[in-house]
Amino acid sequence: MRWYRALLHLYPASFRDEYGDELSAVFARTHGGASAPGRALAAIVDILPNAIAAHWEIFRQDLRYCARGLRRAPGFALTAVLVVALGVGANTAAFSLADFVLIRPLPFPRSDRLVRVNGDNDISPGVYRDWKRMTKSFEAMGAFNFLSANFVAQPEPQRVDGARVTADLLGVLGVRPMIGRTFTDSDDRPGTTPTIVIAYGLWQTYFGGDPGVVGRAVNLDGTPHVILGVMPATFNFPNRQTRFWKPFQFAATDYEDRDNSWIFAVGRLHDGVALAQARSDLQLVTSQLEQQDPRERDRAGAPPYLLRDGVSRQARLLLQTLCGAALCILLLACANLANLLLARAVGREREMSVRAALGAGRERLVRQLVTESALLAVLGGVVGVLVAMASVPPLARLAPNTLPLASEPTVDLRVLVFAAVLTAITGVVFGVIPAMRVGRVSPVEGLREGARAGGRRQRARFVLVTVEVMASVVLLISSGLLVRAMLRVQATSPGFRTDGVLTLRTQLPLPQYEAVAHRSAFYRRVLTGVRALPGVSSAAYSTGLPMAMRGGIWDVSIAGRPVVRDGSQSASARFVTPQFFKTLGIPLRQGRDVEESDGIDRPFVAVVSEDMVTRYWPGENPIGKRFTFGPAGERSVVGVVGNVRVRGLERSSEPQVYLAYQQVDDGSIIGYIPKDLAIQSSAPARTLLPAVRRIIREADPEQPISGVRTIAEIVADETASRLAQLRVLGVLAAIALLLAGVGIHGLLSFMVSQRSQEIGVRLALGARPAGIVRMILREGVFLATAGVVPGVAIAYAAGRAMQSLLFGVRPADPATLLAAVVLCSAMAVVGSLLPALRATRVDPARVMRAE
Amino acid sequence: MMHSPADVDALIPLPPATFHILMAVAEEERHGYAIIQHVEASTGGDLRLSAGTLYRSIARMLEQGLIIESMKRPAKAIDDPRRRYYRITPFGKAVARAEARRLTQLVRLARAQGLLTEPA
Repeated sequence: MRWYRALLHLYPASFRDEYGDELSAVFARTHGGASAPGRALAAIVDILPNAIAAHWEIFRQDLRYCARGLRRAPGFALTAVLVVALGVGANTAAFSLADFVLIRPLPFPRSDRLVRVNGDNDISPGVYRDWKRMTKSFEAMGAFNFLSANFVAQPEPQRVDGARVTADLLGVLGVRPMIGRTFTDSDDRPGTTPTIVIAYGLWQTYFGGDPGVVGRAVNLDGTPHVILGVMPATFNFPNRQTRFWKPFQFAATDYEDRDNSWIFAVGRLHDGVALAQARSDLQLVTSQLEQQDPRERDRAGAPPYLLRDGVSRQARLLLQTLCGAALCILLLACANLANLLLARAVGREREMSVRAALGAGRERLVRQLVTESALLAVLGGVVGVLVAMASVPPLARLAPNTLPLASEPTVDLRVLVFAAVLTAITGVVFGVIPAMRVGRVSPVEGLREGARAGGRRQRARFVLVTVEVMASVVLLISSGLLVRAMLRVQATSPGFRTDGVLTLRTQLPLPQYEAVAHRSAFYRRVLTGVRALPGVSSAAYSTGLPMAMRGGIWDVSIAGRPVVRDGSQSASARFVTPQFFKTLGIPLRQGRDVEESDGIDRPFVAVVSEDMVTRYWPGENPIGKRFTFGPAGERSVVGVVGNVRVRGLERSSEPQVYLAYQQVDDGSIIGYIPKDLAIQSSAPARTLLPAVRRIIREADPEQPISGVRTIAEIVADETASRLAQLRVLGVLAAIALLLAGVGIHGLLSFMVSQRSQEIGVRLALGARPAGIVRMILREGVFLATAGVVPGVAIAYAAGRAMQSLLFGVRPADPATLLAAVVLCSAMAVVGSLLPALRATRVDPARVMRAE
Repeated sequence: MMHSPADVDALIPLPPATFHILMAVAEEERHGYAIIQHVEASTGGDLRLSAGTLYRSIARMLEQGLIIESMKRPAKAIDDPRRRYYRITPFGKAVARAEARRLTQLVRLARAQGLLTEPA
């Protein structure tokens, strides 16, 4: 029977208290004759289903009761649901993004073993081969680099991104092709038939998912390539733009030049080998190589890191900021919900006391209150998940493109579990606390006429509102700092004009266009046609547009001066056609532009930026000065132009050197062949583009056009991620401010209703309404101040943590702090105004009568 | 408590256990164990209510106003102070009657369809 008594605890306490004795008595009589195991079994069969049913019945009763109660207080219900929805929604969205970028494993088998062997740095094939041979920590090692190619297909040729890989790289990553095969060592040998493996996306768009595609030949950069296989849709290596893979086919000469670093190595660690071991292994190999050649130390650039951690510091910080902001919102939402529930509980104290006096047990009352807050939380959670689902796609733009992730971030099961946990915490924890407090009030105390809320509860609510103000100040200041930073970035002059310039890319394939004369004929034909179009004032070709092409840096040396190879004496190299400076609005300060007459048979010329002059010939006339520029050899300065922010608005750039497009040897400047066409025009891109396409098609029908965009778009891309982040933070800060305002308003309204007697007495004794308003406003300002002070301190710490995002704006930027404090104070005043006005409308006579 | 015909309809059809308990306490006031015994006897042993089912039903029926706890106690000599006695309310009677009517109609229907050969 003791067993039966113990099992009785499965019943709801109220039911057990009421019927426990009788249940035991009846069970004893009905099962008295049975054996002990038989009785135990019967007890389980009797109690388990009935206990579940009893709980369910009470739950349904409570739910009905709650629904009735909430229908009677729709304002409360709606506010509570919205508050929870905001908290859960913001955090679910932030989590789905952070989980996607920072937490989730990469879509490769045992992906935690995969390592970028030389960090972000590239190495030469020779060094790669030695490392692969000499290291012991890696099970396998492969290499890749980025590549794009002209893909001749219907309806028109396209430029597609791909990667060159060593034959074993796909095996190192452990991913099998969906159909066909990947590369073998024989594909990797120079001179064999060119082969490629294509991505799922390319297979779908160009081949309609035809499984017979394997073995077919496609035209890539004018050469037929045989398709060996198709990779699955989840395989996006090295990044999500990759559409095809092609074997390296290193020649013997590729291994000789150990300074020519251009490939990236990926390794798979042996089981049980830690990253640190791999690092010391690599150091050992480097010091062995160093004995043969002391320069080997420089060639080993960066320590290895796990493939999973290939997220830039900036992207990581950005996501952390987002998560921090979302947590602030959750904190606010929880504080607000607790406050709402506390106020409601206090308002219902008498109802609860009456019910307790009528015999409802405390457990029953608490249980019912918890049901109510759980119901509110679940409703809020559901709405919150909807909010998150709507906000994840726009947020996905914040995800960096550098990781080989399987797909776009979405709200999936993992994220839903996270949302459910959040909801449970919000609803149950913040619902149970006020409920427990109510349960403790004795019926007599609650029923006593004129009973008032105790000071402790008031203090709890006060602290909650202070926390709300604090969280909103932190968000306001953080987003304010980021706004300031973005304004600063945007105010930075790029050095060229940003309006009315359309750009596009025609990457001429090799070896067809190896001859300079052949290329020049193409440029001249296109440029002559484009310049003749109505509205076009100038057009030019160049190696790369600023901010679109950031690298391309060559060493500068000047005869008679010591050669420094630390990277400080370098400049960005661009080959341009005439009119490049005019088209981009880069001011010509001195001398002349590159001209058509600057041919291969003429003196080699260069146009340089002002920085170049300041660095090498300060105070001298630069025209006619000579310098040696990387592989281009000796050039003499014929013109000086304004500086351009080649590396983007937020980074400093090397000086710029522009070379005449015809003054190079055939087949020499691979990678620097002019490919970007810029057109300065008063006609809109929409009308201009078809004509430009026609002109290019006439010049070469197999030549694809890619990357059509305006210069303004290229510059806007510079601040796009900042803008996206700012919008998110701005919205969160606005929500936070609103929630804090609601919190202050709620607390003061409640205080006014609680103190209506006191206010009535004061008014009856001759207090002026203005004085009463001042009294309530003072409370509001006090609440705001109590939150603002710690808020500013926390915001300063947060600002220091995200200093690298601030573009030189100081974390204690006075204008931002002032603006945030003013906004917060305004919010406090607005929040307390309504309750203050209500206080003046207290009717002394009525209040006194009630007493 | 006043009950309308709509309140009666809302409870029809009754769960079998509830109907049997109602019938058991319609004749006379009974305590829990007596109800179980009565139901078992009247159904020829077909329905044996477990303690849990019984009291869960009683709790709900009390709430619905079908039965009430009786204050009358039997003679001291045979009384057990732990026992509680229940009797049917007028509302409970109305509901039981409505349920009986419903079942009768069902039986009549079945007979008209030729599903029952001998009188029930």
